[in-house]
Amino acid sequence: MALNLTLRVWRQARPEATGRFETYEATDISEDSSFLEMLDVVNERLSDDGEEPIAFDHDCREGICGSCGVVINGRPHGPLERTTTCQLHMRHFTSGDTITIEPWRASAFPVLRDLVVDRSTLDGIVQAGGYVTAPTGAARDANSILVPKSASDTAMDAAECIGCGACVAACPNGAAQLFTAAKVSHLNLLPQGQPERWSRVSDMVDRMEDYFGSCTNYTECEAACPKGISVDFIAMMNKDYLKARFKDRRRQGQSG
Amino acid sequence: MTVETPPQVDLNAQIPEGPLSDKWQNHRFKMKLVAPQNRRRFEVIIVGTGLAGASAAATLGEMGYNVKAFCFQDSPRRAHSIAAQGGINAAKNYKNDGDSVERLFYDTIKGGDYRSREANVYRLAEVSTQIIDQCVAQGVPFAREYGGLLDNRSFGGAQVARTFYARGQTGQQLLLGAYQALAKQIDAGTVQMYPRHEMLELVVKDGRAVGIVTRNLVTGEIDRHSAHAVVLATGGYGNVFYLSTNAKGSNVTAAWRAHRQGALFANPCYTQIHPTCIPVSGDYQSKLTLMSESLRNDGRIWVPKSPDDTRPPDQIPDEERDYYLERRYPAFANLVPRDVASRAAKRMVDDGYGVGELKNGVYLDFGDAISRLGRDVIEARYGNLFEMYEKITGEDPYKVPMRIYPAVHYTMGGLWVDYNLMSNIPGLFVTGEANFSDHGANRLGASALMQGLADGYFVLPATLPNYLADMLGTTPESVDDPAFAAAEEEVRERVNKLLSINGTRSVDWFHRKLGKTLWDYCGMSRTAESLTQAMKEVESLQEQFWSDVRVLGDNESLNQSLEKAGRVADFFELGALMCRDALHREESCGGHFREEHKTPDGEALRDDDNFAYVAAWQFAGAGNEPCLVKEDLNFEHVKPSQRSYK
Repeated sequence: MALNLTLRVWRQARPEATGRFETYEATDISEDSSFLEMLDVVNERLSDDGEEPIAFDHDCREGICGSCGVVINGRPHGPLERTTTCQLHMRHFTSGDTITIEPWRASAFPVLRDLVVDRSTLDGIVQAGGYVTAPTGAARDANSILVPKSASDTAMDAAECIGCGACVAACPNGAAQLFTAAKVSHLNLLPQGQPERWSRVSDMVDRMEDYFGSCTNYTECEAACPKGISVDFIAMMNKDYLKARFKDRRRQGQSG
Repeated sequence: MTVETPPQVDLNAQIPEGPLSDKWQNHRFKMKLVAPQNRRRFEVIIVGTGLAGASAAATLGEMGYNVKAFCFQDSPRRAHSIAAQGGINAAKNYKNDGDSVERLFYDTIKGGDYRSREANVYRLAEVSTQIIDQCVAQGVPFAREYGGLLDNRSFGGAQVARTFYARGQTGQQLLLGAYQALAKQIDAGTVQMYPRHEMLELVVKDGRAVGIVTRNLVTGEIDRHSAHAVVLATGGYGNVFYLSTNAKGSNVTAAWRAHRQGALFANPCYTQIHPTCIPVSGDYQSKLTLMSESLRNDGRIWVPKSPDDTRPPDQIPDEERDYYLERRYPAFANLVPRDVASRAAKRMVDDGYGVGELKNGVYLDFGDAISRLGRDVIEARYGNLFEMYEKITGEDPYKVPMRIYPAVHYTMGGLWVDYNLMSNIPGLFVTGEANFSDHGANRLGASALMQGLADGYFVLPATLPNYLADMLGTTPESVDDPAFAAAEEEVRERVNKLLSINGTRSVDWFHRKLGKTLWDYCGMSRTAESLTQAMKEVESLQEQFWSDVRVLGDNESLNQSLEKAGRVADFFELGALMCRDALHREESCGGHFREEHKTPDGEALRDDDNFAYVAAWQFAGAGNEPCLVKEDLNFEHVKPSQRSYK
């Protein structure tokens, strides 16, 4: 069945320009189409009418690249739990609905155009220490490192983060704790991550605080996360951060 | 700019002497090195940050070279390698089931239908084991056994379990490993990262690649970048079909620009159609979604025996189902290679046995596996895939069989490279899916990740210094050189032209038309007649594009229509070359299936006497017929035979 919807979409020509909401009628939308395919249809019609299409980030459209993400009726990635915008299908809306579509709202994510924001600050956090130093070619046989299945599985739960930034957009403080904790925990849970465990958590948290707001445990981030990453990882990160700060582990030879 | 007909290129694959198993080690010893203190004197440009690009940038940066890395996405972590689901092959033989470098080599050569280079494939199998070591050292959370050891599963075209995986997100985890290594180098200052930048031209001077011209996708600024060498790790061209499993941004532009500057494009007609994707459901469809090949480990593929059967699948008794892969290929059954599985599905649907409302799919059924192993086991193995299927189709695959149909997934063709991964333009290297080198006419599942990382972590970092060593003491070409000015002018002209046409049709309209033409006439099966028709249609559509496309907005801001328009413009030219290549190859092999050339039971029929070569095409100027240059394939180690998976 086809849907007829009213869209209120944030339009902003340039980073420094003043934005505003524009209203568009989205008629005859297939309920089997995805949210982004609905925007494609609207864009095609805008273009036919001589109006510039709505800019939005997207790439894989399979829910894994983390490119897409808009705030739909006040919720990052829309009404469905554990779902990216590209995997949200129109069958979850009803004909006659008005849908408000905004970019991620966070001071660390300036709007570039319409629904496109600059999330490079997330890359900055990873650059601060979100890696294991492992020069190419120097590794020993893969099976010589035993990793308990439970540790590996939990690390994978954290590593599933797609870096979309919905956690930041959902947070009233614009904090990036869930994103940072996911990467810290992924690596700190594994044997390979131990040599840099303490410097990693200190450096990443410090870099995060350069850009983002502070966490006050609203846990809106977990609710918005399309991968369902648990706020437990934030607790793990905080514990490690505290430990790293409590003692100067570097002097004790426990950190590089 | 007019291009004169270029002189015919003489291709030398630079395959090292010696026995197959010693070639790479011997070659490594013979290649020139660059001493650690000299590496910072070299500049290297890497375009693309997927597995092949990010791993190379990280490794070269760490070795001490100055690297500039470019990607069109907003972050290097988003390259489309991230979407690979199933796994990565390696000849570790951890399962003690008879695997070896030799066997992985053999499976890959055979899987590629004897249309790849033995030496390259052997090297790929050889370094496969190091890749797993490297990734584990980086903290890639591969699936594990309870004892803490790594787990494996099987993939198509193999009778051993050699595939390492991280749930259904192996590509994501491997890419994040490479991205994290890259992030470290960015922080260290050895790699300068340019996200949201698209390469729009290759700069060639005195026959060497000396730099690139890029467009900043946020501001529209057009910039010149020079270096001692340029590496393209820009992925495949499957999006030429519009509907494919590729990311929406995946494109051929960087490779095509290099092709127009003289780099040969090899085997463009070798495109892989993946058998297990979610069928098309309507006109609005913007892409197709893959369901990992790993599902064929536990899922059984079938159609009703009667084409008129309209009962829901659970009401069709077993004896009225045709498990056609198990019937036709008992040895490999549901795990036959992709090209074989795809054609079999197409045949069933063409013959009227299709399932679903549009009768455009076949069932992939987990009923047996769930009753044998329990829902929990299946959920642990494939949970995220099942969830994705349900989100897209609204059907629960734990209860109802999945409906699947083949879709364009990967392109084996790409820029021609020698054993050192260098194109015929000195200084231009091509890695990963963007080159043509290792998969012949068909790629086996879980081998793309292997090749991308083999190229980026191990091959290029060994072969690139061999090229650079001779340039010690030189500085990169000045960006004020006329060659850069001319390349920039070319880019500006094209951008202005696209913005000034102001026609009546959107870029997507053209892209969809182009894709449909290629899918219908140059897709899973091809005939001389269909290909000739396709070439005509592509040409007229291309003409219409350049007179009637509508690209709104300007160059000086973020303009997604303009980005798409430039990419689609290049897809027209590539599409025409694909058809030409498919037309000239009078045989069937791997993903290239010519209806005129098949065995009595419908399998691909190769012609080794006349077509055991790489078809590398040389650009001869817009509107001129490209020249065909052949690189003969010599099989010394394996004897090409009719592939059998029965």
